[in-house]
This record gives sequence, C-alpha cells and structure tokens, in this order.
Amino acid sequence: MIADLIAVAGEAADVATSGVAVWPVIIPLGAAAITLLVRRHPRVQRAVMEAAVLLMLIASVSLLVYVARGRVAGMAFGGWSAPFGVTFVADRLGAALSTVTGLVAMAVTIYARAEIRARRRRAGFDPIFLAMFASVNGAFLTGDIFNLYVWFELMLIAAMGLMTIDRRPAQVDGAIRYGAMSILGATFILIGTGLLYAETGTLDMASISAMLAGRTPSVTLTASAYLLFTGFALKAGLFPFFFWLPASYHTAPISASAALAGLLTKVGFYAALRVFVVVFHAVDGPAVAGLYPLFVFVATTTMVLSVFAAIAQVDVRRLMAYHIICQVAYMMLGLALLSLIGVGAAIFYMWHSMLVQAGLFLGAGAVGRATGSFDLRRAGGLMRERPLTAALFAMLALSLSGIPPFSGFWAKFLVIDAAFRFGHIWLGVTALVVGFLTVYSMSRVWTDAFWRSLPRERRRTRRVPPAMVGGLALLAACTFGIGIAVGPVSRFARAAAEQMLPTAAGVKAATSPLDVRVP
Amino acid sequence: MIWLYAFVTAALFGCGLYMVLSRNVVRVLLGLSLGATAVNLMIFQTGRIQTAQPPLIRQGASQLGESADPLPQALILTAIVIGFALTVMLAALALRTYSDRNTLVIDRDGPAERLGNAFAGSESDDR
Repeated sequence: MIADLIAVAGEAADVATSGVAVWPVIIPLGAAAITLLVRRHPRVQRAVMEAAVLLMLIASVSLLVYVARGRVAGMAFGGWSAPFGVTFVADRLGAALSTVTGLVAMAVTIYARAEIRARRRRAGFDPIFLAMFASVNGAFLTGDIFNLYVWFELMLIAAMGLMTIDRRPAQVDGAIRYGAMSILGATFILIGTGLLYAETGTLDMASISAMLAGRTPSVTLTASAYLLFTGFALKAGLFPFFFWLPASYHTAPISASAALAGLLTKVGFYAALRVFVVVFHAVDGPAVAGLYPLFVFVATTTMVLSVFAAIAQVDVRRLMAYHIICQVAYMMLGLALLSLIGVGAAIFYMWHSMLVQAGLFLGAGAVGRATGSFDLRRAGGLMRERPLTAALFAMLALSLSGIPPFSGFWAKFLVIDAAFRFGHIWLGVTALVVGFLTVYSMSRVWTDAFWRSLPRERRRTRRVPPAMVGGLALLAACTFGIGIAVGPVSRFARAAAEQMLPTAAGVKAATSPLDVRVP
Repeated sequence: MIWLYAFVTAALFGCGLYMVLSRNVVRVLLGLSLGATAVNLMIFQTGRIQTAQPPLIRQGASQLGESADPLPQALILTAIVIGFALTVMLAALALRTYSDRNTLVIDRDGPAERLGNAFAGSESDDR
C-alpha cells in the first residue's frame, strides 16, 4: 500500500529533483551566518548582505526560468521521498513568488543603505533581515505542511527582531502585540496540521491532495480546514484578526516595515491559497462545507472596514498598514470565488500587491525623511521640491488605487471581472466601491504630503538620499513593467493556478499508510 | 484512555485561551505556553499511543504493524523547540516592557498605539 501511495504522489506532481529549488533559501540563510561572524564590521556586514540579496534574486530568477515551461523542481531532504520526507517543491507559483520576494528584498536593501546606519547593523539588522528572506522563500517553496508551519515561526521571530531593533518602548510594545497574536495563529495552524496528519498519515501536501481527491470531507478534515483558516487569516491580517497589524508595523524602521508589509501578510494568504486549493480541493473537489460564505464574509468585511480605517488615519505609515489589510482582502475575494479564474486573479494580485505595498512603505519613509514627520498634517511641499520622489510615489499610489497602466488596475480588473463573470454582482460592486475609497485615501496622501506647500513651521523639505529614491524607483518600475506586460504575466498567473490544481482529476483514491496493518 | 487525553487537551487549551485574553503580558505568555502544550498532547494522540512496541518494520514487511507512529513524536519535538524560542523572545520583550515602563499591562494606551494615532495625543516621531 505504501508503494501505492508513492505511486499516487509521483503521479500527482511530476517533480524533477533539482538543486535550484533550495538556493533561494540556502543563500540568505548562509549569508545570515556570515554576517553574524563579521558583526563587528558594519561595512563588511553590509557588503555581505547586499551580495547575498543579489545572489538570492539571481537564484530565484533562475528557478523561475526553470519552472516557466511547466517543469517542477523538487528536492527531498535526506533522500526521503514524497509521502515520508520533507520536500521542497517549486512550481510556477512558488518560483514566481520567490522572484517577487527577491525584487522586494533588493529594493529594500537599496533603501536600507540610506536608512540603516552602523548602530542598527551592530544590533544585528543584517542577519535578521536575511533570515527573514530565507524563511519567506522557504514558506513559498516547501511542499510539506509542517515545514510551512516551521517557516512561519522563523519568519515571526525574525520579524519581531527587526521590529525591536532600536529597543524603543513603542517597538517593544508593538512587537508584543504582533508576537502574541502570531503565536496564537501558529498554534491554530499546528492543530489543523495535526488533525490533517491524523486523517491522512502524511504531511506532504501533494500526497494529501492525491489522497483526498474525490473524497467527501470527514468531520476531522472540516475541523482541520477551519482551524488552518483561522491561523492563516490571523497571519494574513484578515477580519476579525487584523488589529495587530496597524498596531505594530509602523513602529519598525521603514526598511524593516516595508519588507514586512510586502512579504509577511502575503505569505499568510499564500498558505491559505495553497492549502485550500491543493490540499482541501476547494476548487475542484467535494470541498469542505461552508467555505464559500466564510471566505466571502471575511473578504468583504475586511475590505470595507480597513479602507474606512485607512481614510481616518493621519500617520502615513498607519494609513499604509490599513491598505495592506485591504489589499489582502482583494486576494481573498479572488480565492472566495472558488474557481480557477478567481485563483489566477488572486495570484496576479499577490505579485502586484507585494511590490506595491513595499514600495508605498518606502514612499512613506521618503515622506518622513523629507518633511521630518510621518504626520500628514505636518507634511507638504514635496511635489515642487522633490519632483522625482513625488513622481515615483505617484506611480505606486496610482497603482494601488487601480489606475491604468499600472499593475494595480489589472489586478483589480481581474478579480472584479472574475466576480462578475461568476454572477457575484454584490462582491464585484463592493470591490469597486472599496476601490473608489482607496483612490480617495491615496488622493488625500497626495494632496497633503505632495501637492500643498509646507506648513509655516518648516520652510523647506530635506533632501531624499539617492539610495531611498533608488529603492522606490525599482518597485515603481516593477509595477509599471507588470502593467505594460500584463498579457504574459496574467497568462503566467493563470498557468500557475492551473498547475496548482491536481492535474489528474481521476487520480485513484489512496489509503493512508496508517490504516493498513501487517496481516 | 483516549477520552482522558482528549479531556485534558481540551481543558488545557481552554485555560490557555482564557489566559491569552488577559491584558497582562505574563499571563498571555503562560496562556500561549499552555495552549502549545495542549496542541502537542493532541498531536501525540494522532500517533496511536496505546502500544509500547518499538517502531521498527519487520524484515520483509512493508508496514509498521502494531507499534506507535514515531512521526508525531518528531513533530512535537520540533514544535517544542520552536515554541521555546518564541516564548523566550516574548519573555525578553515582556521584561523589556517592565524595565521601560514599569508595567506589564498591554492595553489601548500602549506606546505603539499612541504612536501616530489620529485620535489619541499623537507622539511626535521626527527623524
């Protein structure tokens, strides 16, 4: 029977063993160790960190090239293959997300040249930063659900370390709020994973998927699905669990909070997407009961509440933090449609949102640097005095608002189009209205910080260092590029969605290795 | 036996959740640890705990037989290590909060909530 299981797992995903799948994790992890060794020399440390981020991006891009034709790169650690060992599986979705992570990391690293000084580097900024990228890539590339939980926890520790790098009371306070909620979320993920193991006897996602194909979900599976969703929703910042995010992200240095904003909530959503589409057959199989109303409720409530909360903010970092939540809700809407097109739209939205959210946090940092305050009531004058920064910020803000030709327009278009196409008129209308409110919120930032002249107390804005502009420019170019090359990118997103669905719908139902005993 | 374990797991997790609802960081920390213990106990039960045979597959057989599944125990070990790291991290932050502000209470008036808040007295955060 075990041989049977292996055969099924092999059929489900045609995985070629290849080292390319692990480099995006090994490079930053190894470099984190090296930066720890040279901790006394901030310049060396910075050089190692920058080289590692560049190498990581190259590794991710080569992985993307490897999987672009539909191949799947995999690696079974210790030679223990799929249903038993821990595997890394890089498909289109994982490789593309890893590449986007590399781009965000690159932009933030460029920005950090101007923001992160020797004191923070001595406090351990570089190793923690690299460890966070390693764990984000690990979460995107792992094929094992327990391993996913481990990466979540590593990510959390790294994020808490980045958040408290200056040890200011606000940072410690924010990190406690964030840490306590995230540990609770991880506990729920762990219960769900345990129940899934109890039901199937394996932790390999492809094998579980093959085993559960066509099977009506049992009570254990249903409980597992809801517990996992609770955990992932908490990590992704969805209603009713989003309050930790705007209470903590704004306390970190901008380089750190931009990386957190771009990557972490998206990993939470990615996990929900992967687990519900692949493991629980939410799209193609007899799905767990009640998922659709739950997803729709969570997505729409999150969207509406967070956009209103964003409008009420005066601190530009807090405002962007609420927009992170709002963006995750759009992705959730794509998943809530429980269809191939919806999943493809959610994937496209995820790529767009990772780049733009990180970019807007960097933009918030530039506003803070130039005007000396993150408070919109005290900002102004940037359009006349810092035109390049203003132009780059405008590109990102337009992209977030969903104005063509930037990626945000296409991302919103794909999600809303999918909603209308499947007859969910109200979902589409809600998304459109929230989109208008996003435009309003962004236009307020624009009017306050850029358009009007500076309030009296300060005559001129300060210079924005070229490294900060460089980081912004990279992400603005990415969102513009995706907006122009929308055809290939959205086709790739669609292909990634198709690849996630278990290809052979008729894979025979396998039994668990636990069920069978030696006669 | 399994009922006893189930009851203990549920009770521990309930206590943990109740303590997490507190505003005191140390209570939250203890509650999270209790919850993690409950989850570990639950995962332990997924591996058939009623036998004492070693988990070795007999020669020529392809199945484990009557012994307990060793994998959940490995999972628990991993979860304990990770939980320990997170608990220590959170405890360090709690200690820091106490030495900074002489309180362990995390509430709506904390410095993170006041920073850049539109409705409370906004602290200036000029850099």
